[in-house]
Amino acid sequence: MTVNEIVEGLNLSVFGGKKGLSREVTGGYISDLLSDVMGNASEGDIWATLQTHKNVMAVASLKEVAAVILVKGLIPDEDMLAQSNEEELPVLGTEMETFELAGKLYGLIKK
Amino acid sequence: MKFKYEIEGGNFSKAGNASSAVKKILKQLNVPPATIKKLVVALYEGEVNVVAHAWNGCIYVDIDPDRIFVTIEDEGPGIPDIGQAMQEGYSTASQAVREMGFGAGMGLSNMKKNADLLNIKSEVGKGTTVEITTLLK
Ligand SMILES: Nc1ncnc2c1ncn2[C@@H]1O[C@H](COP(=O)(O)OP(=O)(O)OP(=O)(O)O)[C@@H](O)[C@H]1O
Ligand SMILES: [Mg+2]
Repeated sequence: MTVNEIVEGLNLSVFGGKKGLSREVTGGYISDLLSDVMGNASEGDIWATLQTHKNVMAVASLKEVAAVILVKGLIPDEDMLAQSNEEELPVLGTEMETFELAGKLYGLIKK
Repeated sequence: MKFKYEIEGGNFSKAGNASSAVKKILKQLNVPPATIKKLVVALYEGEVNVVAHAWNGCIYVDIDPDRIFVTIEDEGPGIPDIGQAMQEGYSTASQAVREMGFGAGMGLSNMKKNADLLNIKSEVGKGTTVEITTLLK
């Protein structure tokens, strides 16, 4: 499944990294602790978080996650957005809370 | 092959830049992806620890056919009890740093899990030196 299919399936907004929408998603990870993501997320995961700063992109890029989803209507900081575009690593958004998003994501990805 | 990167304590906007540069080099050298992944985790955690806990530091990367040897040296407060610091969940990170999602106290255990050899030396009031060895053979 591609990032774009998830965007369409869950009606997510695309803040940045549009050129990366064709990236392949192989799983998901949910955490707001950067060292937890660093230690436990896998390449190809889609990562949901409420953190909106640039360090999220550093971790996302080093771990080669497929995309980042910001929950609860949160908006990325400007430097986070800039790095998302630069690295072509999509930053997406939803009004959903993490619990609801996680359920829907799981349903989509594990199908 | 040897490389050196400088790290500014407190500057979170640059945290991860050195790790990202090293990752690019290792990819160019065709180091196996699984090896790169592990080293990058350990390196990033070490880099962020300098940013979060120390005043300034340097990363030295020494690559030879048998192994990659990384030294992360900082000037900073040092670690009074390394055994305690290694425990998952132990953190002295400030509230501001925690709000950014750092300070889970998982960095050093991530380093331990992802390095073939990890060696930490520290002197209170002076600084800390972390050595990470990743074997290539
Ligand atoms: N370079 C350093 N200089 C001084 N103290 C350090 C250094 N590295 C680690 N420490 C001490 O060890 C503790 C544990 O480090 P560790 O990386 O495991 O967790 P953390 O940095 O607090 O949180 P996290 O890495 O999960 O974001 C730190 O909170 C700090 O007290
Ligand atoms: Mg740390």
